[in-house]
Parts: sequence; C-alpha cells; structure tokens
Amino acid sequence: MKGILGRKVGMTQIFTEDGKAIAVTVIEAGPCTVVQKKTPERDGYSALQLGFIEKTKHESKFPKPLLGHFKKAGIKPTRWLKEVRFDNVDQYAVGDKITVEIFKPGEKVDITGKSKGRGFAGYHKRHGFGGGRRSHGSDFHEGPGSIGACADPGRVHKGKRMAGHYGNETVTVKNLEIVDVIPEKNLLLVKGAVPGHKGGLVIVKGK
Amino acid sequence: MAGLDELIRAVQEKYTQKEIPDFRVGDTVRVHVKIKEGDKERIQAFEGVVIRKRGSGTDATFTVRKVSYGVGIERTFPLYAPVVEKIEVLKRGIVRRARLYYLRERRGKAARIKEKKEWMTKK
Repeated sequence: MKGILGRKVGMTQIFTEDGKAIAVTVIEAGPCTVVQKKTPERDGYSALQLGFIEKTKHESKFPKPLLGHFKKAGIKPTRWLKEVRFDNVDQYAVGDKITVEIFKPGEKVDITGKSKGRGFAGYHKRHGFGGGRRSHGSDFHEGPGSIGACADPGRVHKGKRMAGHYGNETVTVKNLEIVDVIPEKNLLLVKGAVPGHKGGLVIVKGK
Repeated sequence: MAGLDELIRAVQEKYTQKEIPDFRVGDTVRVHVKIKEGDKERIQAFEGVVIRKRGSGTDATFTVRKVSYGVGIERTFPLYAPVVEKIEVLKRGIVRRARLYYLRERRGKAARIKEKKEWMTKK
C-alpha cells in the first residue's frame, strides 16, 4: 500500500496511443513531506502522516501544539495533514518527500475526496427518483410517490430515501486507471472523474 | 504553486505536440485519415473546404465539407487525433465568416469561395 495527497486541478481530454479520446482528471499530487511515522511495533499498524502544500505565511494562525508537531518534523506547517497507509514504512524517514513517481501509468488507484456540496436537495437529484409523467392526464409530477403503508407499520421506515442534505461528504472512487505521470509538474492523469471541486484535497491510494 | 488553469494547459501542451499547418476557415484542405481494416492500416484522403474550427488544446476540432456525386458530406476531425495523419492546405480562401454554414444552401457555382493568391498575403 502507498499513497499521496493532491489537489484536483480539473478535467480535460487526451488521446491514447491507439487513437481513442479519453476523459482524464488532472491531479497535482505532492511533493508531500513525511511528518510522522506509524509503525506496527508502536502503533499496531503502518502508515505515514503526510503534509501537503507548505504554508510560508500566517504561521501564527496555526494552533501552537500543531506548530510544535511540525517543528519536530523540521518543516513549515502545511495546508493539509493526512495519514495514508503504507506497507513498508521502514524505507521512509520523517522529513522525506513523497512524489508522484511512486505511481506508474497503467496502475489502478482508489481516490478519496469530498464531494461537491449540493445543500438541501430533492428526491430527484439526491436519489435519482424519476417522478411521474408530465402529460396524458397525469396528476403526479414531482413527488416521491408512496412513502409507506397504512396502519401497519403506522410509520415511515427508517432510511426511507427522501429529500435532504446531499454532497459534501467523503466519497471514494475505486480502481481508477493512471494514464500518465508528469513528474516535472507533479501531475497525475487519472481516467475518469474524481470526487470534489477544483482545488479540493484528494487522497490517491495505490495497491 | 501554479494556478489550476496553468496546469491544465501544461497537460494539454504535452498532448498537442503534433505539427499542424496554419489553415483557416475557407481554405481547401486534404486531410489524410488513417483507416484500420482488420489488422491492415491504410490512408484515405478527404478533400474539401474547412467550414468550422472550434475548441482549443486537445479539444480542438475542425469540419471539412465536400460535395461528392451531388451529395454534400461534412466530416468533423479532432485536430490532434492520431487518426489525422496529415493536413495539406491546397488553396487559401477569402471569407468573411467564421462559420461557413451558408455553403450548405448553395450548389455549384454559388458555392465557390474566392481564392486568396500568394501575392495578396503581406510578407
């Protein structure tokens, strides 16, 4: 297992060698600094705590305990600090840089991001309800339909799909293919879409 | 940190390395298209007037119109697609529109485009 933090740059299309046009998401990933190591002996599992995008200004805006944590690793405080599971943490030391070069084109990765917030969304957007027909004498257009039976059970079942808050939640998309790696610009090109808005944090996790 | 648009452009630059001749709407071009038949590959030419160019970067396409046996045929090619082997500019045209859709309603002599001769272009 391995992984890296990045920010979503946006989408575009490129041509593959066999001439097909494919939609890709561009992710600016790394370089991330190892801030802390979690080892099986000490913590019961192996992972690296990574910091992404060093903040050069506004150091005073960080809580003091956090500043101390960064100081221990010998780096400037970072915009994002996240833990990513790694198999062999022994080959990394605190302060090391993780770059996009840990990935190769053709690899499959899982990508986690925070989906775009849609606020209070209706049945159609949130759950893909179809609604009723517009014409032919229909009285049923936009509603959710039946939400349950009568006296038995006498209530609406828990978990019934209804309108409510949608988006702004952690979403993982699995098995996305890495199409290209551009180390000079710290870029990853991933086939298909990735959760979140442009500029948002994404965690790219390799197998 | 580079801006987001800047990074997208950097990616597109990497995928738009193909040599494209300078051609404009109204020009007559010959497009050499790769065609796969089974495991054989051959090149077919499509010759006509460029009636539209759109998009930028890897997304750019252009449309070529020709009249074949009295039937108008339009093909849209992605500019940087590998199937477009080569683009040859045969004639330069003088047009006052960016989209030459009016050619669709015209036949024969009326569908001609004034040619821009070599001596008309500024050195």
